[in-house]
Amino acid sequence: MAEHQHAHIEHPDMYDPESSKIGMWLFIFTELLLFGGLFIVYSVYRYLNADAFHLAAEELNTFIGAFNTVILLVSSMTIAMSTTALQKGHKKVAIALLVITFLIGIGFLVNKYIEWGVKFSHGIWPGSEQMLNEMSQGEILFFGLYFVMTGLHALHIIVGLIIMGFAMRGVANGKVNAKRPSLLDNCGLYWHLVDLIWIFLFPLFYLIH
Amino acid sequence: MSEDKHHHIVPYRLYVIVLVALLALTFASIGITSIELGEYTVAAALLFAVIKSVLVLTYFMHLKYDKPYIKLMVAFVFAIFVVVIVITFLDYLYRV
Repeated sequence: MAEHQHAHIEHPDMYDPESSKIGMWLFIFTELLLFGGLFIVYSVYRYLNADAFHLAAEELNTFIGAFNTVILLVSSMTIAMSTTALQKGHKKVAIALLVITFLIGIGFLVNKYIEWGVKFSHGIWPGSEQMLNEMSQGEILFFGLYFVMTGLHALHIIVGLIIMGFAMRGVANGKVNAKRPSLLDNCGLYWHLVDLIWIFLFPLFYLIH
Repeated sequence: MSEDKHHHIVPYRLYVIVLVALLALTFASIGITSIELGEYTVAAALLFAVIKSVLVLTYFMHLKYDKPYIKLMVAFVFAIFVVVIVITFLDYLYRV
């Protein structure tokens, strides 16, 4: 009986950094499946419609793509530095670095908004008349993949920002600290994953033309 | 003892160096793809992307300081992905 009761006692403190980390990596693997599938679709269609993809990629603005690449890489560094600051016990520095990362993430989304806005004003969006009437099959595929893949990536940026919000709150109220850094570490891992995906999206859509 | 392993603190300086390398590789890939290399453009762009992602995984994602089984797990998943791509293209390239 005593043993039975014991089994039902809740353990409020189940903190285990190693299993947290493994859990995060397993989740990252499922993300790789998601984006990996899309990358395979992209590469097969590109192989089948090489000329159309070549032509359509000229439409994309390399400058804005490169700018977003640069700021996303910088934000990856600042969030990595934030984990270092937390481990050193520099709470304020950790929060400041998280705020910088957060603002860069917002900046990325603003650029994406401007970039998509230009496409929309040119009449290019999935299923638009301009696309259906004036583009070849291959170009339609290119822009379809462009909107789906960069859109899904932007969605990940938004989710990353939300997680970052929780990490910031945790660091601020001391629940996330040098002895329990998992939330911040995992937030960092997620943000780096988003960066990693962009590292492949950028050359595949903006550079190969 | 395990405390030491969990609390390996990566110095700020190392992150700055990695960022500089990543930015240099980004500009190099923009440079090289603006030259007309024909079929090698894709290969060059992907090569740069792969080098960059190895840097991100090793340093930013902390794999360098993780236990071997985590490194193995990640390497295995990426290897599987590469195999799937290779098999897909073996199919498309040798279709009659």
